[in-house]
Amino acid sequence: MKANVWYGKEQLRVEEVPDPRILNPRDAIVRITSTAICGSDLHVYGGFIPGMLAGDIIGHEFMGEIVEVGSGVNNLKVGDRVVNPFPIACGGCFFCQQNQHSLCENSNPNAWAAEKLWGHSPAGLFGYSHLLGGYAGGQAQYARIPFADVGPIKVPNSLSDEQVLFLSDVFPTGYMAAEQCNIQPGDTVAVWGCGPVGLFSIKSAQLLGAGRVIAIDRFPERLRKAGEAGAETLNYEQVDILEVLADITGGRGPDACIDAVGLEGHSHGAFGAYDRVKQTLMLESDRPPSLRQALKACRNGGTISIPAVYGGFLDKVLFGSIVNRALTLRSGQTHVQRYLSPLLKLIEEGKVDPSFIITHTLPLDQAPEGYRMFRDKEDSCIKVVLKPWAEAPTLGGEELLASDESEEGGGRQKPHLH
Amino acid sequence: METQFTHSGFGQSPEQRGAASLETSPSYREPHRRYPRRYEMPNLDATTLAQGLGWFSVALGAAAIFAPRSVGSLAGVGRDRGGMVRGIGVRELATGIGILTQRNPAPWLWSRVVADVMDLAVLATGLRPGSATRGRVAVSFTAVAGILALDALAASHLTKHAGHPLVSGVAAPTDLYFETSIATAKSPEECYRFWRNIDNLPRFMQSLESVKALDERRFHWVAKGPALGSMEWDCEITEDRPGAALAWRTLNGAQVPNAGSVIFEPAAQGRGTIVRLSIHYSPLGGRLTAALAKLLRHDPQARVREDLRRFKQLLESGEIATTHGQPTGRRSFIGRAARRWGLTNSN
Repeated sequence: MKANVWYGKEQLRVEEVPDPRILNPRDAIVRITSTAICGSDLHVYGGFIPGMLAGDIIGHEFMGEIVEVGSGVNNLKVGDRVVNPFPIACGGCFFCQQNQHSLCENSNPNAWAAEKLWGHSPAGLFGYSHLLGGYAGGQAQYARIPFADVGPIKVPNSLSDEQVLFLSDVFPTGYMAAEQCNIQPGDTVAVWGCGPVGLFSIKSAQLLGAGRVIAIDRFPERLRKAGEAGAETLNYEQVDILEVLADITGGRGPDACIDAVGLEGHSHGAFGAYDRVKQTLMLESDRPPSLRQALKACRNGGTISIPAVYGGFLDKVLFGSIVNRALTLRSGQTHVQRYLSPLLKLIEEGKVDPSFIITHTLPLDQAPEGYRMFRDKEDSCIKVVLKPWAEAPTLGGEELLASDESEEGGGRQKPHLH
Repeated sequence: METQFTHSGFGQSPEQRGAASLETSPSYREPHRRYPRRYEMPNLDATTLAQGLGWFSVALGAAAIFAPRSVGSLAGVGRDRGGMVRGIGVRELATGIGILTQRNPAPWLWSRVVADVMDLAVLATGLRPGSATRGRVAVSFTAVAGILALDALAASHLTKHAGHPLVSGVAAPTDLYFETSIATAKSPEECYRFWRNIDNLPRFMQSLESVKALDERRFHWVAKGPALGSMEWDCEITEDRPGAALAWRTLNGAQVPNAGSVIFEPAAQGRGTIVRLSIHYSPLGGRLTAALAKLLRHDPQARVREDLRRFKQLLESGEIATTHGQPTGRRSFIGRAARRWGLTNSN
């Protein structure tokens, strides 16, 4: 099969690799019809995620059709159309029993290594370093899904791939970020970063009853999407965020702050340069400008929710703000399994159409270009969907590819083309 | 004091600690003797004392057998009671050999206690007023009473720690020792049942090839050796408390003598079980090799920790998470080395 393989910092190649096979009774093999590049994949691309090895197949947002099931999987059969959550969870351990699937104790075969770094090991993830299990990822034509009786959710044919694909990660991630804010009617929620997770955080905050949602970014097209999603927008290159947030809330600060930026955060001036130097010299692993700002902006007793990825050590983070102002910090890899059914219902009811974030659809062969475009925000890139079975690129500046109808089944909509 | 099944109530709710100390709840597990943690290890002085008493028995026995008259005279029982003194000598010799050679010296020490009481009774008859040797008898009586105290001390201590690898002579005090534990969502009974079924052991103990039952309590183990080839040994179960604990030790002739115990401790508020494993072992090649192995993450402690993880995975999810055999791109030298040295499970 074809797969997108990581060979080092900014080195991706789509290559022919062996097909996956069933390794455990509760495995299933899925033929992938759509997969996406996640913002967190950019951290892998940029070499910020420790524990990657040359030859790793990456990608963790994927869906498709079940083509093989192990003897221990009773709830799926060949031919089922499923979306797969990015954390791998056994369903039987202490954490799974509490629906905290991304903390599953039994799915990381390299748990000892994660324990060395973080003290304890979270669940294994698809295509996200050997610290998190070393599982082959989903930017490929096929993938093996461990504990397939717990993870994947069947989706109706009336919905297109583009509508349900983001159940695998970014929609639940944005939703959990908003849910963790414990939003009360009328709350003001500020969201740093208007990438896919930020956009879903905005949508979800509104669904959960926020009075005002304020979106912060610097790319006009992202701010435009945020505005379309119903947020008020701030461009941090044009205004002083702390001043404006205080002003909007009468000096009190937002009730909740969501950091959807993560370890490659961008800031200008002396602090921005300082972070880049320190990160380059490996004196800090992560650049956290958005988190620093949120710690100052949030109202007393408010909540800071962090769906963004941070991997290691952060510098100049104002911890005293948490203590003296009674802030609550919430974070975690998303417990996707917990949100699949309720969020699928929202999609079926037409309350949310997740496909609004897609800006580009590419054949899998063009995954490396997709990463570069996404990282450089080239051509207003916000979300790239990859089609593993699409024929070799038609290419040209404008993309691409109408996915072939016969393969996708007649009932579904065409993918968005922008 | 009997060691509690739960050690020092650590990590338990106040209610449970209360239940453990007051024994108010009838459902609370009966106190259980476990192989103690490092700081609760048997007092090695008591083991030394027992050895001393063993040699004392042998010496006294030999003297009484070969020079009954002198011994009788010295003790104040008279030169004419040689037969009785010789009898006592045989008894002493047998007891001494028992203490020095048997894995569990405690019963032999208790037999010394009984013998001491008998001797005191005999000597008491010599304490009658007017007895010519009353002075000597009084000295002997005091000496035997003192020895009785020592015997009782050693016997009770070694009884408390009976089965401990250090007491039973399986492990030497210089052996390596470690403990590790893992929390599972299953009940102590389920954990015990899974572990007690020897067919399951090779499923989660990675270096184990097979276990065969020789009889009810003895088993033959075959494991992968550190280099090529395999190691085999026999071991026996020394303690078997259904739903609570298992302990075992290797029988004579094992290449790597070891002894261990696993305890299935109920976690607070019905939150499953904390499986606690402790192992004593004499490493092949001694401590230096053991230190080197540790550097390479090939030491028994790291391996046993992974074994426990697999035990938990099998119990809770029915399988062991793996990526071995999944597709990858071309591996670099580092990637192949990581696989080779077990730093990643993936191929």
